[in-house]
Amino acid sequence: MSSEAAPSTLISQALRDSLNIWSEPLVSDPVDQSDLRKWAIAVYWPDMPPRIFWDDEYARTTRWAGIIAPREFNPFAWPIHRPADRMPKPAKRKVGERSMNGGQTEKYGVQIRPGDAITAKTALVHMEEKVGKLGLTLYKSTETRWTNQKGEFVRSRISISIVY
Amino acid sequence: MSYKVYFDDVKVGDELPAFVKQTDFMHWNRYAAVNDEFVYIHMDDEAGKNGGNAQGAFGMGNLRWAYLQNMIRDWMGDEAEVKEMSVQYRAINQKHDVLTCTGKITEKKSEGGENLVRMDINVMNQDGKGTTPGYAVVSLPARK
Repeated sequence: MSSEAAPSTLISQALRDSLNIWSEPLVSDPVDQSDLRKWAIAVYWPDMPPRIFWDDEYARTTRWAGIIAPREFNPFAWPIHRPADRMPKPAKRKVGERSMNGGQTEKYGVQIRPGDAITAKTALVHMEEKVGKLGLTLYKSTETRWTNQKGEFVRSRISISIVY
Repeated sequence: MSYKVYFDDVKVGDELPAFVKQTDFMHWNRYAAVNDEFVYIHMDDEAGKNGGNAQGAFGMGNLRWAYLQNMIRDWMGDEAEVKEMSVQYRAINQKHDVLTCTGKITEKKSEGGENLVRMDINVMNQDGKGTTPGYAVVSLPARK
């Protein structure tokens, strides 16, 4: 049990004001076929990844008629612009500064293919506080919606961040 | 073409072949390299301890998510597709854990022109602890 003084709430006014406010659209660079191969190698390492992700000749014989991305592929990795404090080395943190990944739900539309440019919008869509074994705990649900350059639905994700 | 499983042949209660990985820095670093996920708690034991894990650095939840996708993909083949997936991260993936992804069919139905199969999924560690319970819905091809 922590001896830190517990705040009465972890929900700041700024956080409350951000609820259901969607971000400006963020557009990925065009998906590179080589990135799909590397991704597939990483998640299957040390085994051979499926040919649908790297062998165009084979992929053309499938219903997809070409290479597709692994469902979990992230076209927004490696942005050129990023905050200077992104992912700092964690020090001992106070109540309300600690967080962990609680889980996620994803729904999928069309496949991602080489050359696609994906547009993302994000919003905090739900939050609630509870007192549990971690003490005062805030559950934040953030939704991200992806569409492709044709406006087709690609993916939605609701991720839960646990702040305590 | 790669047809592995048809909707007609799937039964509630069927289990998917397990997808097994023993993970450590070799796996985490490769994943960090493609997902730009160079986070200290996944790279540095002291940082992992400061992050609340007494055993040090630990694996990414996103990588377990990918392993579950791999299990489903390997089972259903390239003509099928995942429509929905959901998990909770209930326990940490420690260094050298042997992770076994599991899946068990709980429901099948035809809806909106698609043949949908729902399954419970999880990532078990070598101690038999379920670290990542959840579910997935996939659309499978039919024989007819």
